[in-house]
Amino acid sequence: MIHVENKDLVIPGQILADDEYYSGRGTFKENGKVCSSLLGRVSLRNKKIRVIPLKSKYVPKKGDVVIGKIKDVRFSMWDVDINSPYSGILPAFEVFGREKKELNRVFDVGDVLFLRVVEVDEIKKAKLGLKGRGMGKFKGGIIVDIAPTKVPRLIGKKGSMINMIKDKTKCKIVVGQNGLVWVKGNEDMEQLTREIIHLIEAEAHTSGLTNKIKNKLYLAIDGELPPEEVEEVEEEEFVLEKPKLQNFKEELEEEEREEEERQKEEKKDKPDIGEVIEEFKRKNKSKDGSLSYGDNSNNSFILNNK
Amino acid sequence: MSDLIRDDGRKFDELRPIKIEAGVLERADGSAYLEVGGNKILVAVYGPRESYIRRLLEPNTGVIRCRYNMAPFSVDDRKRPGPDRRSSEISKITADALRPALMLENYPRSMIDVYIEVIEAEGGTRCAGITAASVALVDAGIPMKDIVVGCAAGKVYDEIVLDLSEKEDKEGQADVPIAMMPRTGEITLLQSDGNLTEEEFAKAIDLAMEGCRKVNEIQKEALMKKYSIE
Repeated sequence: MIHVENKDLVIPGQILADDEYYSGRGTFKENGKVCSSLLGRVSLRNKKIRVIPLKSKYVPKKGDVVIGKIKDVRFSMWDVDINSPYSGILPAFEVFGREKKELNRVFDVGDVLFLRVVEVDEIKKAKLGLKGRGMGKFKGGIIVDIAPTKVPRLIGKKGSMINMIKDKTKCKIVVGQNGLVWVKGNEDMEQLTREIIHLIEAEAHTSGLTNKIKNKLYLAIDGELPPEEVEEVEEEEFVLEKPKLQNFKEELEEEEREEEERQKEEKKDKPDIGEVIEEFKRKNKSKDGSLSYGDNSNNSFILNNK
Repeated sequence: MSDLIRDDGRKFDELRPIKIEAGVLERADGSAYLEVGGNKILVAVYGPRESYIRRLLEPNTGVIRCRYNMAPFSVDDRKRPGPDRRSSEISKITADALRPALMLENYPRSMIDVYIEVIEAEGGTRCAGITAASVALVDAGIPMKDIVVGCAAGKVYDEIVLDLSEKEDKEGQADVPIAMMPRTGEITLLQSDGNLTEEEFAKAIDLAMEGCRKVNEIQKEALMKKYSIE
């Protein structure tokens, strides 16, 4: 027996279904009944009931891309506020490697960065890194915050929603999985984009939202509705599943693959290892007459290639 | 059963008119406004957020803190501002009453702050505070097993009645405020002030639980009204 339908609004403690259903995220089982633990909407799939919360806090997860603000500069790391109950740290070596530099010359308190969660430890502290496309400090622009649960809706299927907004407003937009969105462009367009993003957040559960937003964008920018398109018979689904975030992961993987291939090719062109070592020795000798360990990076590179 | 009509014209098992609104504050994570009889209560919830008080932090779960505060103008005589013995007690029992409903295992080392501000008081503020606080917690998107609801029963003119007003509380013989989780019927707060026989006490609890269920319907309505569309 099930007491609710897909997309129904439910509140904590509400009984959703009887024993034969499985309890997913946002629900719990008690006395053979599946109950909701959140204020949210039901997502029903093959006898598995989940509740997608209307509001939630971001909990860092490995691999996520987030937008964070530098809170403090410490001896060998930055404290980063990632809009979450758990703070993030950006260790200096993630930025400089082994070089030593003054930290506050690079990022200072108040800077906003695009980061990747490298690791989450047992106390949920997020270790952040800058490796990946487009990672780094934002210059200018505005930050819009939305509920992290609404992020997939803002991006849309394969980025349909976000790309449409980008195209139309000519703004640069970056979405962090922690619910922060960075927007940069013409000042009026920034404000318009902010409004649009908040509208998407408020109406995330309605179907046909992409078209609605499209009309709104065209009206605001061109003053007229978009030209009728040839029926795209792609009934918009109620996107609850987390889609791949702006395909960042795919992009990254592709980059890595390319990198590997490049390395392989380089290897082919590489001279014999023995020769390299000989040359290395010669080089060092010519410098100060002894084999130094000063240039560690080169050494380890050779070892790795063995 | 008795057909007593009380001083304010209510029947023995009648609640004061009650109104709840969810999500009234822009900057809080969750909030609620409640009016019951002459009470006006505003609750704000912040969190889960990073625990800035080290000694309160729990390694395996989140913690809840409550602050009950009465505005100086909330009662007929001016109330001296700031915490006092009574408000510290109510802060503690409110946190204790709400805690069993919260599911904070997914937010270890975090903290939830609940601020209960009594703008106008007219008897039964602790129950009203709990009722409003749990609506605000739900509004903040915090996982909970059930919505906690508070309601009082008492003895006035040798009669067990529901939802005491300020006058009945002062002149009556007993006051039994309870808080419960309506789905399972678990009681999370039970206080008793005054003299009651065993039967009267049982009757008072039954009556208060019945009142809780009624108030719970209004809580649900308030949340549904705020977030359902069309």
